[in-house]
Amino acid sequence: MENIKKLILNTVKDAVIEEKQKLTVTVDYTKLHLLAKTLRDNAELPFDTLVFLTGMDRGEELGVNYLLCSSKDLSKEIVLKTGTTDRENPLLYSVTDLFETANYNEREVFALFGIRFINNPDMRKFFLNGDWNGFPFRKDYDANPELNPLNLESKDIIDIAPRIMEIDGKLVESTVNIFEEDDYIINIGPQHPSTHGVMHFRTSLDGEIVKKIDVHSGYIHRGIEKLSETLTYPQILHFTDRLDYLSANINRHGLCMAVEKAAEIEVPERAQYIRTIMDELNRMDSHLLAWACQTNDLGATTAFIYGMREREIILDIFEKTCGGRLIINQNVVGGVMFDIYDDFQKDVKSFIIYMCDKLKEYDRFFSHNVIALGRMIGIGNLSKEDAINYAVTGPAGRGSGWSCDIRKHIPYALYDKVEFNEVIRTEGDSYARYLNRLDEIEQSLHIIEQLIDNIPEGDICAKTKAIIRLPEGEFYSRVEACRGEFGVFIESRGDKFPYRLKFRSPSMALVSAMPLICKNEKISDFIGIGGSMDYVIPDIDR
Amino acid sequence: MILNYSQPLEVTNLTSWLDAALRSSLPEFWVLLIEFVLVGVAFLAAYAVIALILIYAERKITAFFQARFGPNRVGKWGLLQSVADMVKILLKEIVKINRSDRFLFFAAPFFMIVASMATFGAIAFGKGLHAIDFNIGVLYVTAVSSLGIIGVLLAGWSSNNKYSMIGAMRSGAQFVSYELSAGFALMTIVVLAGTMQFSTMIEGQRYCWNLFNGHISSLIAFIIYLISGHAETNRGPFDLPEAESELTAGYHTEYSGLQFGFYYLAEYLNMFIIASIATAVFLGGYMPIQVKGWVAFNGIMEYIPSYIWFFGKTAVLIFLSLWVRWSFPRLRIDQLLNLEWKYLLPINLVNIVLMVILVLSGLTLTDLLPGWF
Amino acid sequence: MELKNVNIKGIPTAEFNDNEYLENYIKELEANGVNVVLGKIDEFINWGRSNSIWPLIYATSCCGIEFMATAAAHNDIARFGMEVTRNSPRQADLMIVAGTMVHKMAPLIKRVYDQMAEPKYVLAMGACAISGGPFVNSYHVVNGVDQIIPVDVYVPGCPPRPESLFYGLMQLQRKIKVEQFLGNKQR
Repeated sequence: MENIKKLILNTVKDAVIEEKQKLTVTVDYTKLHLLAKTLRDNAELPFDTLVFLTGMDRGEELGVNYLLCSSKDLSKEIVLKTGTTDRENPLLYSVTDLFETANYNEREVFALFGIRFINNPDMRKFFLNGDWNGFPFRKDYDANPELNPLNLESKDIIDIAPRIMEIDGKLVESTVNIFEEDDYIINIGPQHPSTHGVMHFRTSLDGEIVKKIDVHSGYIHRGIEKLSETLTYPQILHFTDRLDYLSANINRHGLCMAVEKAAEIEVPERAQYIRTIMDELNRMDSHLLAWACQTNDLGATTAFIYGMREREIILDIFEKTCGGRLIINQNVVGGVMFDIYDDFQKDVKSFIIYMCDKLKEYDRFFSHNVIALGRMIGIGNLSKEDAINYAVTGPAGRGSGWSCDIRKHIPYALYDKVEFNEVIRTEGDSYARYLNRLDEIEQSLHIIEQLIDNIPEGDICAKTKAIIRLPEGEFYSRVEACRGEFGVFIESRGDKFPYRLKFRSPSMALVSAMPLICKNEKISDFIGIGGSMDYVIPDIDR
Repeated sequence: MILNYSQPLEVTNLTSWLDAALRSSLPEFWVLLIEFVLVGVAFLAAYAVIALILIYAERKITAFFQARFGPNRVGKWGLLQSVADMVKILLKEIVKINRSDRFLFFAAPFFMIVASMATFGAIAFGKGLHAIDFNIGVLYVTAVSSLGIIGVLLAGWSSNNKYSMIGAMRSGAQFVSYELSAGFALMTIVVLAGTMQFSTMIEGQRYCWNLFNGHISSLIAFIIYLISGHAETNRGPFDLPEAESELTAGYHTEYSGLQFGFYYLAEYLNMFIIASIATAVFLGGYMPIQVKGWVAFNGIMEYIPSYIWFFGKTAVLIFLSLWVRWSFPRLRIDQLLNLEWKYLLPINLVNIVLMVILVLSGLTLTDLLPGWF
Repeated sequence: MELKNVNIKGIPTAEFNDNEYLENYIKELEANGVNVVLGKIDEFINWGRSNSIWPLIYATSCCGIEFMATAAAHNDIARFGMEVTRNSPRQADLMIVAGTMVHKMAPLIKRVYDQMAEPKYVLAMGACAISGGPFVNSYHVVNGVDQIIPVDVYVPGCPPRPESLFYGLMQLQRKIKVEQFLGNKQR
């Protein structure tokens, strides 16, 4: 990393380098693009993955934090910070040309903080309606409901995007039409049976072929991050469950880890075991549902029911442990809330045997079905470069040949003590993603097998204070959720509330890649690809 | 008289008695009028009842495939479920759509229902249970059943809804393609049977079903007919026109209440019609299983009324269709058309020639083993 | 019509909650007297309607997954004849609002509700649809779907278990069974 520091100072002389939880570099906003480009392109350790792009209201200035990491080794991380003191008309430079995944994130920052990005091709608000008054994540936002009353009138969607471009050193404001004049546009979503939630894809068609997709989001934007700023850390925990509700336990694990790291709380061994087992059960639960939904999207209703049938057994185990089915409220800061019940091991073991059998049934029933193969092989190709560029992680990223499993790269909980394979396929099509999920179920079973008999006795939760105050600083944590990398960023100012909390949602990266991989595919395949990517919308909208 | 005595359960007895009774007391014109009305009412009732039974059966069979119970709370074993559905749908509001082509929008469901009704009339349900027995029965059925597609296309066009439009266009392409295959498969058997009249064709299969009579060629035709017939009814894996996960409800997205009910009924009835034509053409229709020389066996088989045979064979084919529908994922439109134009149609054309050769050179089973069949 | 005549298979009337509400509802409906013949026809119509509720799932978040679990093998909504989920609002009888409603979605749910054909019912599933749930203080969340469209049945929970949803659906059946389509002079 010393070389990187030198490189940074060589590129931008007045950069401020700090050693915090991560290596943090603060630069002027005019230099940020240059620095990011140098870091991305350096031969020694290319920082080519944009993990976080966090809008910040630092009081005086509005700014953005970037967390970059290397696609070869996800544990090599660097934080870039920049900002502007102009609160009236804040302008920063876009990094969309370097990292495609920045596009939606920058639009999100515009909607929530009002920061516009120069050179971003499409500066519409992402989550909120275009006519929303104020920027809700700014600290001086006026939450008076009269400013933004509940509107029940449907409005026409205007497909014109404003943007600011820098041409020959001058800033030029212009607009661009998203679609051509005579395009046949259909609205897939927001209320559509196969968008896995309330995503809105405006799709222009040429016959059956998808020409262009324009993503509208925010139909389930609940402002969780803003709500969190007024709640104490244990109170925030339940929000994580409701982000990506299918990997509820893992998300919660991520936030607990961030708080534990910051407050330096030691988690008891027994709690770690329970957490890991629950995480893997949760992963299987989610992958089963993903399998079921993908088959349903391809038109096989019966397969859907079969997937749900097996999932119900996991839900029963959850329910016996902590009373919840989908959202299980198990992790708390310092450990877990409920101990496992007496027959837990027996139930889990019998489930492992049962599930191995059912995986074979899935293979017989669907994986080799000739119609299913025709609908998945060679469809929705995502190359490794694009996967990295769009930061597509999880089974989808690994289906494109990118080793991006946080459990391997930055082991947490007990993942460095168990043996499991990172499932990687290089085809990058729907079928690779499909098989990856089934194989990951197998790996999860394997992980649980190693842990289930060795759960040590002891406490299930560390003693924590009633009110947890985090020291001043910035804290990150990254976990491998079911759809990819889930991240938590907390900026604390020494209070019992976070100053800023940001969740990195894996699903947003998945959706941002959809327009790319669905181009020139048939509309039926668009649905099939959506099933294979398996995004969860509330995770995106937060 | 002896024949009637040996088949006491046939409906023919009832109909001929009724006919005789009417004729003895009324002039010819009135007799015909009354009989027409009675037949019409009976067909309408049968149409509705068969559709309701099919809907119930599908829901139960699907549940069986999917490790569920299926409807079981309305009436014993949920038997009245489809009746409740019908009551509901009859009284549901019919929504008037702004900015749609009103006339076509209202006419479309009738095309659908009239086409399937007209085909329904030409089916031989049993001995004497045959409303009209054309000498070109097969041709008539093929021609009339293809009218239904007009209903689908009009529905898609007049709804002024993009999803409906895509669904209707898919349906048009699909129907036109698979109608070819279905027609050719039937023609193959016409070559074998030497007739287009359903009654003659069925009588000709007394000892040997057409499916076995033309062995290889018949079998190919049968399989092709099942595939393309299944595709014509717009049911999975060929349910692209209403692909729920893609097009919400396809061409009938904008229809509500009874108009949607028409499409719903017609979908199930078309499944029945395809199965019953396959029964008549390939599986000996209402003919009981008969073996040459086994007089006692034949007598017992004859004792079972012909309509039971017909509905039994049809039910087997419908079960097959449901099995396929609930097992396979959906095809894509280009794969669907590939299957038809690149595989089924060429095979079909060769198959007709093969059948002609079989018939001309006396290689059918009845020619080869005259003592047996 | 009396409440004790409203039968739900397998569950006695006394075991249901909110019987009082339904009794008041019957009183209100029968305030102008009931025609005996039409009342009988009404009972028949209501039998059909209550047993053939085709839902439209307006699923925005977690509760949608619980609905899927409800429809799948283990719980099997098909027993009630409700597995015919219609994705087109024109053909649906019941809108199950499963999940948080936000400002951006509000005009759309209103529109889908308007597109449904009469008779139509709405079931608010989960805390978010009832009141905004855990997100009640958010700037972008509508505090309860009943601010946008009328709701017939509320099913609490976060998310409600499939059994709770069944209970809510049976309560809706009871409500439909006491309705008057022809027999009420006011209509």
